Amino acid sequence: MSNEHSMRRVTAIRNGTVIDHIPSGQALRVLEMLGIGGKSSVPVSLVMNVPSKKMGAKDIIKVEDRELTQTELDRLALVAPDAHVAIIRAYSVAEKMTINLGGEVTNVVRCTFSNCITTNLREPLPHRLKVISRDPLHIRCHYCGRPQDLDDLIKNVL
Amino acid sequence: MAGLITMDDLTNDQIISILDDANRLLPVAKGEMYLPLLQGRILGNLFFEPSTRTRMSFETAMKRLGGEVVNLGDVKNSSVVKGETLFDTIQMVDGYTDIIAMRHPRQGAAQYAQDSARVPIMNGGDGAGHHPTQTMLDLFTIRQAHGTLEGLKVVLAGDLRYGRTVHSLSHALTRFGCELIFASPDLLKMPAEIVSDLREHGAKVVETEDLLSSINQADVIYMTRIQKERFADEDEYVRCAGAYKLHADHLGEVKPEMIIMHPLPRVDEIHSSVDSTRHAGYFNQAFNGVVARMALICYLLGVTVPADVEAAGGAF
Repeated sequence: MSNEHSMRRVTAIRNGTVIDHIPSGQALRVLEMLGIGGKSSVPVSLVMNVPSKKMGAKDIIKVEDRELTQTELDRLALVAPDAHVAIIRAYSVAEKMTINLGGEVTNVVRCTFSNCITTNLREPLPHRLKVISRDPLHIRCHYCGRPQDLDDLIKNVL
Repeated sequence: MAGLITMDDLTNDQIISILDDANRLLPVAKGEMYLPLLQGRILGNLFFEPSTRTRMSFETAMKRLGGEVVNLGDVKNSSVVKGETLFDTIQMVDGYTDIIAMRHPRQGAAQYAQDSARVPIMNGGDGAGHHPTQTMLDLFTIRQAHGTLEGLKVVLAGDLRYGRTVHSLSHALTRFGCELIFASPDLLKMPAEIVSDLREHGAKVVETEDLLSSINQADVIYMTRIQKERFADEDEYVRCAGAYKLHADHLGEVKPEMIIMHPLPRVDEIHSSVDSTRHAGYFNQAFNGVVARMALICYLLGVTVPADVEAAGGAF
């Protein structure tokens, strides 16, 4: 099935954000990372496990009437570093945004280790996580060195 | 200025160079001569949790080289209990001193302090994290006994799960191609992520619950204390801890040059009968804390240790 068919499993949106090329099965994690849940008032369309030439299978999310901010892109980078993000205005792609998972993730999430020095929220230095490898994703706290589990990190979004 | 937070902050060549400096400084550490290399320099001792050997050996190291020491003192009487952040404490001490030695109950505190400071931080233990200055004195002791760090067979025994000393040392020994044997009760095994990390770095690692079957091939036996509070019931503790007690009677067939080490304090994991054997290395190891820290402070402050210490120093 072509990419176009995959995209059209749900209707085109007038304004908002399309997140494409999410690794298959990760769409719910993406929504959680972005804080888009059941209580969100904006319409959200989601397709999962659709065929993709590039990825074999992928997920797609369309969020209406909401444009992702740079901070949200930084969060997205942890869950779907190779996703494509397009801002839609009046049914057209107005802007393509780049996700950049560099060597360090700063002030996006807090270290998940309960005895890390950064658990004292009054400490002023930035929260820093080092990206040791992208695939598989391997992240450690810059300060305590503990490896970070993505499911736990999602609960520690700043 | 860079400090020492983990052993990754030093290359193997830098480690060897610091150990060489330490070796030359031995007569100064023993008080046999005076060499005021650090005159006019001030060490800040920030111990946010109890320490005997580490704090005292940092202080002795500084004073043996003519430097001064200021202490945080009892945390209960400091600004920390008023809620001062570590960042603020470091800003203050950073202005008072040239180098800081620190122990803190929170993991990552030393790196956090280094990122907050202008002066070098020496990590004297951060939670269950790292204790690299202990590793430096352990490496010094091993090299003193065997003349090398390369390719030795080292047994690490006891509490390998919570002991930050054995974590740092294992990583360092791996870098020198040592073979590691981890002997511990199942409950206190070396954390799996550390074992896999060591193997990824080429370590030869064997895990066992049987300490005594490993000791005859060892060049070093590094004992640690098994703490009663780690166990759910006392019977389990008595059963486990009993298998990790060394007695002089166990040493009949060990290698003649094998040394037994322990970061101290010991409880009863090394019987006093071992103290008088040629294998007892733990008291010398504790002394080496001074000389290793002397060399480390010089290195971090950019102070050159003279090639001929005896010619450069003076008598008392």
